[in-house]
Amino acid sequence: MNIRNLFSTIIWGLLLLVIQIFFLKNLALFGVALCFIYLLLILHLPVNISTISLLVISFLVGLTVDMFYDTGGIHAVGTTFIGFFRPIWLRIISPTGGYDEGTSPTLQEMGTGWYLTYIVPMTFLFSLLFFTVDQWGTMGVFNILNKSFFSSILTVLLAILVQALFYKRRRSIL
Amino acid sequence: MLRIFEFLYKLRAFLLFVLLEIIAIWMVVRNNSPQGAAFFNSSMAISGSLLKTQSDITGFFSLSEENDKLSAQNARLLKELIGQNSMDSVSYAPLDSSFKASFEIIGGKIVGQTLRLAQNHITINRGADDGVTEGMGIFTQNGAVGRIKEVSKNFSVGISLLNTGLLVSSKIKSSDVFGSINWDGKDTQVAKMLYVPRHVTPSPGDTVITSGYNAVFPEGILIGTIKSVNPSENQNYLDISVQLSADFSKLNYVYLVRNTSIEERDSLYQQAEISDEY
Repeated sequence: MNIRNLFSTIIWGLLLLVIQIFFLKNLALFGVALCFIYLLLILHLPVNISTISLLVISFLVGLTVDMFYDTGGIHAVGTTFIGFFRPIWLRIISPTGGYDEGTSPTLQEMGTGWYLTYIVPMTFLFSLLFFTVDQWGTMGVFNILNKSFFSSILTVLLAILVQALFYKRRRSIL
Repeated sequence: MLRIFEFLYKLRAFLLFVLLEIIAIWMVVRNNSPQGAAFFNSSMAISGSLLKTQSDITGFFSLSEENDKLSAQNARLLKELIGQNSMDSVSYAPLDSSFKASFEIIGGKIVGQTLRLAQNHITINRGADDGVTEGMGIFTQNGAVGRIKEVSKNFSVGISLLNTGLLVSSKIKSSDVFGSINWDGKDTQVAKMLYVPRHVTPSPGDTVITSGYNAVFPEGILIGTIKSVNPSENQNYLDISVQLSADFSKLNYVYLVRNTSIEERDSLYQQAEISDEY
């Protein structure tokens, strides 16, 4: 990752966090679907990033969002898990011939089919963990599954929309 | 020995993962326990001032509506004041000390809140410098809103009434029956009234207010109206839904209230070994 890419990744990350914190905090479609667009910050990091730095970044991003949501550490629980599970899932769904050096797992680079198999389980796992911790003991399993399902769908839809609008073809963001 | 280190080194990612998850879960548990304090919350200087900027911008668009509300409240208070002045000329009796008003009220503005979780919180632009302390009640002219949980220099964080962990002692105005208001995490307009015994017959439309037993709120602050009454699974109590009168999606200006005799009451409770609900 060269300096220019690093710079644009940081700007992009901050932008996602600002959108999440100031615009999406109290948005809930039909009262069940929340949107966690800031997960793209973690999910779109280059494929060959080391697991250690991925974990640390995920944890810090989660904490930042927690600070504004007053959720203590619920986002951090979810994002850390995503950070740990991401390399494993990338290895499982690795395309034939492996990944190119420095590729980011985005819609443009990997194609729609692959991208969906990548992002849907990740966002669903995050939502599941998030709502399980948030509603610990207060609500039934059905409620948690319901919210996780619709939240991950909304997040994926918005993720695709954002990339269709703002990502150029080769890795240069905005 | 070397092998053990090599083994641990291979596992370093997993070990770091476990460590970070343990830290995160520990923070959640701490945040949710009544005595615990969150390490990172929106009353911190950076997040507080960012949220304040946002609310300054969005608040601008609801100014006229807020002005209407304030002038309506002013009118109501003026009416009460005029009524009291005219009473003065008829007779005057010094109040007994037990009737002395023991509440201190601070005005404030909400700069941030969550609505969509099971544990919702509110951030307010008043902190320790303005005299806010932990445990103060939060209300608007429409009704009770929550209770202050943590205070920093310039901001404070409160537990919203829309938080499954908060119980507010309350009563039905018409029949003086006591109960506890607790949100069930489903509808942001509706809460449950717990511990109302079966022999009581409340009807939909009855007003629910805070009770005088409450150490946080003064008696008589509106909470909502009864929406429906059903027999519950529990043999002893009724299942009552209360339509909340405060619209949480439109909160802007709030009042913070402290019971100045709370310390005396608390120490009395402690002597008698009673645990108080909020």
